[in-house]
Amino acid sequence: MPACVAAVVAVLPLGYLVVVAARADPAVLLAQVVRPRSLLLLGSSVGLAVTVTAVSVVLGVGAAWLIERGALRGRRVWGVLAALPLAIPSYVAAFSWISAVPEIAGFTGAVVVLSLSCFPYVYLPTAAALRRLDPAMEEASRSLGVSTLATFWRITLPQLRPAVAAGALLVSLYTLSDFGAVSILRYDTFTRVIFTSFNASFDRTPAVVLSGMLVLVTAVIVIAEARTRGRARYARLGSGAARLSTCIPLGRMRVPAYGSLGLLAAASLGLPLLTMGYWLSVGRSGEIDLPRIVEAVGGSLVLAGGGAVVTMLLALPVGLLAARYTGRIPGLLERATYLGHAVPAIVIALSLVFFTVRYAIDLYLSVPLVLFAYAVLFLPLAVGSVRASAAQSPPVFEEVARSLGRAPRQVLRTITLPLAAPGIAAGTALVFLAAMKELTVTLVLHPTGMDTLAIRLWSETFTRSYAAAAPYAALLMLVSAVPTYLLGRDRRRTGGLPDPTQGAPATSGTYQTFPDPGSYAYDQAGKR
Amino acid sequence: MRGTLRSGRRRTTSVSTAVGSALLVVLSACGDGGAGADGAGGDGAGDEQVCTSGEVSYGELDEEVAAAEVDEDGLVVYSGRNEDLVAPLLEQFTEETDIELSVRYGNTAAMTAQLLEEGDQSPADFFLSQDAGALGALGNAGCLAALPQETLDLVGDSYRAADDNWVALTGRARVIAINPELVSESERPTTIEDVLDERWSGQVGIAPSNASFQAFVTAIRVLDGEDAAREFLDGLVANDVQTYEGNGDVLAAVDSGEISMGLINHYYLYELAAEVGEENLVAENLFLQDGGAGSLVNISGAGVVSGTDRGEDAQALLDFMLSETGQTYFAEQTHEYPMVDGVESPEGLPSLDDLAAPDLDLSDLDSLGETLALINEVGLT
Repeated sequence: MPACVAAVVAVLPLGYLVVVAARADPAVLLAQVVRPRSLLLLGSSVGLAVTVTAVSVVLGVGAAWLIERGALRGRRVWGVLAALPLAIPSYVAAFSWISAVPEIAGFTGAVVVLSLSCFPYVYLPTAAALRRLDPAMEEASRSLGVSTLATFWRITLPQLRPAVAAGALLVSLYTLSDFGAVSILRYDTFTRVIFTSFNASFDRTPAVVLSGMLVLVTAVIVIAEARTRGRARYARLGSGAARLSTCIPLGRMRVPAYGSLGLLAAASLGLPLLTMGYWLSVGRSGEIDLPRIVEAVGGSLVLAGGGAVVTMLLALPVGLLAARYTGRIPGLLERATYLGHAVPAIVIALSLVFFTVRYAIDLYLSVPLVLFAYAVLFLPLAVGSVRASAAQSPPVFEEVARSLGRAPRQVLRTITLPLAAPGIAAGTALVFLAAMKELTVTLVLHPTGMDTLAIRLWSETFTRSYAAAAPYAALLMLVSAVPTYLLGRDRRRTGGLPDPTQGAPATSGTYQTFPDPGSYAYDQAGKR
Repeated sequence: MRGTLRSGRRRTTSVSTAVGSALLVVLSACGDGGAGADGAGGDGAGDEQVCTSGEVSYGELDEEVAAAEVDEDGLVVYSGRNEDLVAPLLEQFTEETDIELSVRYGNTAAMTAQLLEEGDQSPADFFLSQDAGALGALGNAGCLAALPQETLDLVGDSYRAADDNWVALTGRARVIAINPELVSESERPTTIEDVLDERWSGQVGIAPSNASFQAFVTAIRVLDGEDAAREFLDGLVANDVQTYEGNGDVLAAVDSGEISMGLINHYYLYELAAEVGEENLVAENLFLQDGGAGSLVNISGAGVVSGTDRGEDAQALLDFMLSETGQTYFAEQTHEYPMVDGVESPEGLPSLDDLAAPDLDLSDLDSLGETLALINEVGLT
């Protein structure tokens, strides 16, 4: 039952879509839907999403393989660097790129910026999965004379599929609903047109209709991702514990390997940081208003921190349910949490205005409302983490506890939650990061007079006071870097955090900590 | 959650079933469990909430209630204008009148939609807008109260609502920003058609998703007709016009020499000057002064929200903004044209009368939907 609450939260904006659409003249609705331009833009949006996802997968998987399998120096540092782009808002990245390379505007720019901002969503689960993968198969393959590259294609990659697909899902949803980066880079997507049509007419109907179309596309993507989880079995079978994987000497590939990782870090982190420096050095508007900055940091921490906790509390039941039970209802509940994720933020914001002014006016423009809004937006990030880590702990522990007479509540508290703790921490950190950067919903719903870093950044760049904006942008990245660092750290020594994003339920078991769960691994793989 | 949910393993196959049943399952399965989430999916909420028109309670409110609210929240201002631009003036208002303000800043369109969605439940008392279109939309929905005649009379006929529920606070002139290093004295455009010259192929910048560009196109439609507007836009596209997100971006591109000229509003030049330093500024404003859409003067304005319980205070704020202090502030700080007689235009700008603004009722610029369709059609957004 608690899982239902989360699902209701997530589909609340869809309720609003229905209400607004029901008010409107059906002919107008239809005209909006079949307008050639709507369809054209839907095409260009999907095209962008597919390309960005593909590029992110290449970057994320490539980086994960090099960092986890290659014999690199400073692996720990590379791991953190590969996760850090999550701390940089995509609109800041977009801005840096367009100032540095104006010609990049358009499709190319959108692909470059969004891929560089989003690839950690693929990198993190893939690296985590690689870390847990039993190297025996890869070693067998190589010992039989198959090259490193062919081994990667034929042995490693298929086993990583669920982790990669989970990350790819988040990337594609992010790309579909992004507004800031594509508008700065001047590439027309569906979401951008929703904002524009809405700006022009102040009429919510077209925006709502278009959002409905976007929800359908999301549904297709979510279902497609579920398909890739498929029926294949990924878990290790048999008894014994998997060894930690050994590093593969890079040989002649050493220079290209360092080079490509370095380039990736420079493009995704270096350029935005340089831009901050440039803003500070050339601008004249840079008086540092310290109390204001402190207030904005406080506001950001309260909203993003609170939002992360609330989102995780809502996500826990859904994630645990999806990890332990199969069947239509848990599956639907879990997937329902994704649907709200692709609705443009402005529509989510208005739907919450709609519901609160009618049914909970006391909550209107209050901190709890913003936290609730973040939950609607970011549930998938948290649900995925919980599900992945809960699925990795063998249910035998819970079964034993129950058979020894523990009440279900005690089992949850003493067994299930502690085992899922790394995933809970990772999910909370991801939501925190996303909430720090969130602007649209925050602007509409924040308590009057409350400041956040993102709001200040928006306000200052609006008047092109870039030097005044720079401290806010820098602090936004700095505060975000802390949880990102925790996400990207090499956790080899501590037994391995599970996939920090949605993760791969079927690559189950951190066997170095739980010896001999062989038969249960089979059990779990069968369930998925 | 245990036990009951161990049903089949079949995956839902079609999209529509997935969306539909997600809603259904969630709503039905959670019939009694959704206590934390209000109004499961919003059934029964089909009643449209709109502002109640014109019923503002000037001087009739309960003194005690009003006093309590002053202490708690202050007069609630929704500002579609940027904080840096208006906050100093609002602070001065509080200093002079002791009326505390509680200001929300946001983007004009989003705030307009928010206010329309809030309807008569809106906490807002006062609305400050970047453009006439938003005020028109709010006025049409009955969200703005009729203003007293003394207030309306302060500004010219063409700079206030036909149905008396908003007034302009400042004027914003349309200009062509040029880079004088790339555009010689003799080449300077004198009409908007001049930017369609082949000489400027790929050298002209616009911000088509920006309200000010859309108002400009609407003005062409209203003044010269649909065909003329389409022809002009087609001409821009054929001449490889460069599009940017905002007017500021257009100006930055002109200033850096990336392009030769851009169609924007006049005050962006001053924002850029403040950021890069006047001595480093290359771009210049060119006022067309030809009486056509190229010399359009648009406005920023304000109105009193009809659902306010503090009409008097809201009116006081409006009067303050139209006072000599308020108008001088805008002229000096935001470099916009004052709307009230007797306050001087910003330094270095042609006077409002010399701009030869087209003879046009600004409320005729509310047909943005058609403009947007046109801009879409020629492929500019």
